Amino acid sequence: MRVNFTVNGRPQEADDVWEGESLLYVLRERLGLPGSKNACEQGECGSCTVRLDGVPVCSCLVAAGQVEGRDVVTVEGLAEHARQRSCGDAHGTALDEARGRQAQGTDSQTGEGTELAPIQQAFIDAGAVQCGFCTPGLLVAADEMLERNPDPTDADIREALSGNLCRCTGYEKIMDAVRLAAARQQEAV
Amino acid sequence: MDFLRPASWEEALAAKAEHPTAVPIAGGTDVMVEINFDHRRPEYLLDLNRVGDLYEWEVGEDSVRLGASVPYTTIMERLRAELPGLALASHTVASPQIRNRGGVGGNLGTASPAGDAHPALLAAGAEVEVESVRGSRRIPIDAFYTGVKRNALAADELIKYVHIDKADGPQQFSKVGTRNAMVIAVCAFGLALHPSTRTVRTGIGSAAPTPVRAKAAEEFLNAALEEGGFWDNGKIITPSVAKQFAELCSGACNPIDDVRGTASYRRHAVGVMARRTLTWAWESYRGTAARSEGAA
Amino acid sequence: MPTNGAPTKITQGSRTKGGIGESTLRPDGTLKVTGEFAYSSDMWHEDMLWGQILRSTVAHAEIVSIDTSEALRTPGVYAVMTYDDLPTDVRNYGLEIQDTPVLAHGKVRHHGEPVAIVAADHPETARRAAAKIRVEYRELPVITDEASATAPDAILVHEDRTDHHIGHVPHPNIVHRQPIIRGDASEAAKRADVVVRGEYYFGMQDQAFLGPESGLAVPEEDGGVHLYIATQWLHSDLRQIAPVLGLPEEKVRMTLAGVGGAFGGREDLSMQIHACLLALRTGKPVKIVYNRFESFFGHVHRHPARLFYEHGATRDGKLTHVKCRIVLDGGAYASASPAVVGNASSLGIGPYKVDDVEIEAIALYTNNPPCGAMRGFGAVQACFAYEAQMDKVARELGMDPVEFRQLNAMEQGTLMPTGQPVDSPAPVAELLRRVKAMPLPPERQWESSEGADVRQLPGGLSNTTHGEGVVRGIGYAVGIKNVGFSEGFDDYSTAKVRMEVVGGEPVATVHTAMAEVGQGGVTVHAQIARTELGVAQVTIHPADTQVGSAGSTSASRQTYVTGGAVRNSCELVREKVLDIGRRKFGTYHPAWATAELLLEGGKVVTDGGEVLADLVDVLEDEAVEVEAEWRHRPTVPFDLRTGQGNGHVQYSFAAHRAVVEVDTELGLVKVIELACAQDVGKALNPLSVVGQIQGGTLQGMGIAVMEEIMVDPRTAKVRNPSFTDYLLPTILDTPIMPVDVLELADDHAPYGLRGVGEAPTLSSTPAVLAAIRAATGLELNRTPVRPEHLTGQA
Repeated sequence: MRVNFTVNGRPQEADDVWEGESLLYVLRERLGLPGSKNACEQGECGSCTVRLDGVPVCSCLVAAGQVEGRDVVTVEGLAEHARQRSCGDAHGTALDEARGRQAQGTDSQTGEGTELAPIQQAFIDAGAVQCGFCTPGLLVAADEMLERNPDPTDADIREALSGNLCRCTGYEKIMDAVRLAAARQQEAV
Repeated sequence: MDFLRPASWEEALAAKAEHPTAVPIAGGTDVMVEINFDHRRPEYLLDLNRVGDLYEWEVGEDSVRLGASVPYTTIMERLRAELPGLALASHTVASPQIRNRGGVGGNLGTASPAGDAHPALLAAGAEVEVESVRGSRRIPIDAFYTGVKRNALAADELIKYVHIDKADGPQQFSKVGTRNAMVIAVCAFGLALHPSTRTVRTGIGSAAPTPVRAKAAEEFLNAALEEGGFWDNGKIITPSVAKQFAELCSGACNPIDDVRGTASYRRHAVGVMARRTLTWAWESYRGTAARSEGAA
Repeated sequence: MPTNGAPTKITQGSRTKGGIGESTLRPDGTLKVTGEFAYSSDMWHEDMLWGQILRSTVAHAEIVSIDTSEALRTPGVYAVMTYDDLPTDVRNYGLEIQDTPVLAHGKVRHHGEPVAIVAADHPETARRAAAKIRVEYRELPVITDEASATAPDAILVHEDRTDHHIGHVPHPNIVHRQPIIRGDASEAAKRADVVVRGEYYFGMQDQAFLGPESGLAVPEEDGGVHLYIATQWLHSDLRQIAPVLGLPEEKVRMTLAGVGGAFGGREDLSMQIHACLLALRTGKPVKIVYNRFESFFGHVHRHPARLFYEHGATRDGKLTHVKCRIVLDGGAYASASPAVVGNASSLGIGPYKVDDVEIEAIALYTNNPPCGAMRGFGAVQACFAYEAQMDKVARELGMDPVEFRQLNAMEQGTLMPTGQPVDSPAPVAELLRRVKAMPLPPERQWESSEGADVRQLPGGLSNTTHGEGVVRGIGYAVGIKNVGFSEGFDDYSTAKVRMEVVGGEPVATVHTAMAEVGQGGVTVHAQIARTELGVAQVTIHPADTQVGSAGSTSASRQTYVTGGAVRNSCELVREKVLDIGRRKFGTYHPAWATAELLLEGGKVVTDGGEVLADLVDVLEDEAVEVEAEWRHRPTVPFDLRTGQGNGHVQYSFAAHRAVVEVDTELGLVKVIELACAQDVGKALNPLSVVGQIQGGTLQGMGIAVMEEIMVDPRTAKVRNPSFTDYLLPTILDTPIMPVDVLELADDHAPYGLRGVGEAPTLSSTPAVLAAIRAATGLELNRTPVRPEHLTGQA
């Protein structure tokens, strides 16, 4: 079957989709967006977390056919999503502006010059990334929590991220990163 | 495999009538895992995401009409006052991501004894409204679970709403898992006080082939509360009454040993949860009663 | 082409900032937070096929027949292969003993053993085709424990063993046995005022790295193959893969793809050979990605163990002797079992001074899942048991458990049970002192003005207690882990370092085959190069087999050994650069000939700080490159009869204090705090060091309270191969983890450093168990403890 939906602000079309495919598979294998990770494919680890019509979900538990006509944000679109939020621009970027940024270019190999969302920068700065496999899902979940709850307690952070497993860090640096992002967000206001 | 995408409830019913083996999918929590792990290859998947009726809820005079796909997150955040037991249970479902998409319809459709919503629905008193092209009917929650992962639905029927009595008294829900979040119940217990009828109802999860009520325990407690005038005098429930209630709740279990826990632990834990939830609910009832007396 | 990227640049300021000792940030951090970092499961190639493995549904059986005809007829299927299709006579592989069939031959020995492989144009097509392969099994009785393995009529798991252990094991179903005898334990026991015996069980733990086993094999025009793979050791894989394919090693090119965690679980091969076989057979690129279910069968686990201990002590608290017997279940194939036996035995009494010891460790062959390397490697199981014993002895003596440990703690100069002297700092008593001195978390921290915050109570969100039944307990433990490969292994690493001027700036490139699995080796390599070569910019070349072996990313060895190799190669590059400088500028300044010269801030300077030349002017358009191997000091094998010998390179020590709250009625545990003190010799990157300690600590907590692969003892089948029933700690289960890092240099090691990664995994488990015992008063001789164990309902 064919599925049309929006990913990170861009219309996408996937063809020849097997009916049993998940949104995760379509993103990773058909649309060239492997940032969402395939760690368990049973909704237990949160590595595949994306926002579906704004809401964090496990993309491994969304059938591809269910996203027809809907809006998805993945880790690849997180920086742009955060930028639009900070501009108070809820309706997407003007096309020219988007092209302008694209033309500046980033070195996709080194990541140098890449614009990051505050939560992404905080994860790097706090040492919250080791193997990094859980990172994309955690970033999407944490970013959404800070959107709803800009001044979270530690218990709030733990609850919001309880659907995202990490095997490397022991979560302490992840806590640090989210606290750091929240603090920076408050300073910026 | 075919993917059916009805745009309305009527289309969904027609599709289910035409393809009775079609597997409904809404939040995907159960169905997608079975597909991802090659446990199930249904001929048809029936997507209910576009059926708006299933995402709506209405708070009526005495009960709440809850769409089958209203996400657990919404129940937690918006229906805590009307459905406190179900809201507590919703908070224990899997992870935030899953609570954002899963609804009570999925728990009822799968009818696993481990579904978190069941004990709360049993305790609160609920009716499941199901419909097919042949018509609609309401199944009392007590008659809904018919066996291990089996329910009273006919092949052409879909779950539309759950009608749940609005809480007329305190409700509690408790669940044991081997970790502090994102865990399938080893066993679970729901309890609702119904001061308007002077009854107590219960629900037990994961400790029998189906979700069950502890009816003997309820009857015992109803009688004991009546006899002692507890509903009126608001006294603390005597430890011996709480203890016997707990024992009867344990006795209502018919559990198995599995990787999540032993049968004897499940019996034990249901008893502890029964005693604790009764204590919490009763404390809250006494508090409310005291406050309303003070106001009067 | 799918590669993990061209070189990664790291830019720092104009002085040589970002050297060792600083918490520089990961060079791959940006790629990892943007989703661009290419993990092995992200590999993609035009026209690629998907590989699928058919695994045995039973644990022990003869294969009567395999019928692949229907699978082959499935549209979209390009190849189906079984044992009979293997191209050469080399049909087994293995780390030390080549006992593992690439595909089952006549027999399967464990649940989930690979039997056939399929390549198709879509993963679902491959799955459907694999399901159509008909395998007829004739089931055999299963061997599941020591009694069934060594029974007189026991079926031999491997019938024709020719490995070098068969000569000294008491039974062919025992992979390896290592006794260690020092002094006379039986005689010393006569001096004991108290003798404490215990029997313990340690459950099977899974590494549960999040990135599933995966990779992409691309056939090459020269008949070879290029494998993009997540592994812990490229060259060890290569050595095992090439002979099975019938290719010389230079025709099997390997590039490290992004690795989503490892923890020992990628030391053995998983899908490597299967992907290469299918790629060579079909002439197309083949990608294989395990799902989580398959991952539980696709790698070895931590050995479950039965441990028997006897400790004796005098009334004044001095240990008289220790006797122990450690039985590790190695499962169906040897994997790393022999080395795990070596660790379990040689580290079997812990970081204590005991002159009279009698130790025996064995690993069994059974039909249980194969077990091998996992973080802590043999030392974890023993630590759980000897620390439980230390608490028991202290209780018998009426002593404080920490003081009792301190009284018996080893020090620099202490002899190990192997007779090897500990010849660098061993601050065991000090670590215990530090961890005990940390302030305790406040009591009843879950109370708030709005009632109990269930998220901070046992049971968490599940609302099982509002404080009822909750009792606090505190426990301590300390452990000892070896660093690096032991027992005479030639444990070396290779580093290629290049220095040249790029864009008007001196740049160093570091090329090793080290598997970066998340530990931060790439960060540290850049720091070392900056410190040694005085450059701001360091490029880390992707890891591949175009450079010599870097050994395994395991045994806490990479910073020590590959870090040592990078430093060594940098020093050689520096000498060459200085030679060039002397040639060009030697006549301008006498210091070129007389002074100690350093490279700093992009310049050649004297040790007095005088600048002699810019590196840019020294090098001009010349590039200096060195590839060199580096070794730590040699070790020797343990004597097979007495276990004596200088078998280890270095030791690493950590101590934990656990604070738990237990709902004693429901048996639910909330670990409130896991405080750790660890000696790291020298923290090359303090941020990474703390991250390693916290990560290791939590893995230790996992096996204390929830993680266990359950195997049915009647069928030897795995009962919980999923993240639904194999539970990893979530962030809500995780305690706060304060860390106190001690830096006492080991003069034998580069920069004085000590391997960090494993030690925290050891003592965390027994500390949590001790705290739960303190809260409940229960004996608790197994780990993990689940609610049924804490309520008498097991």
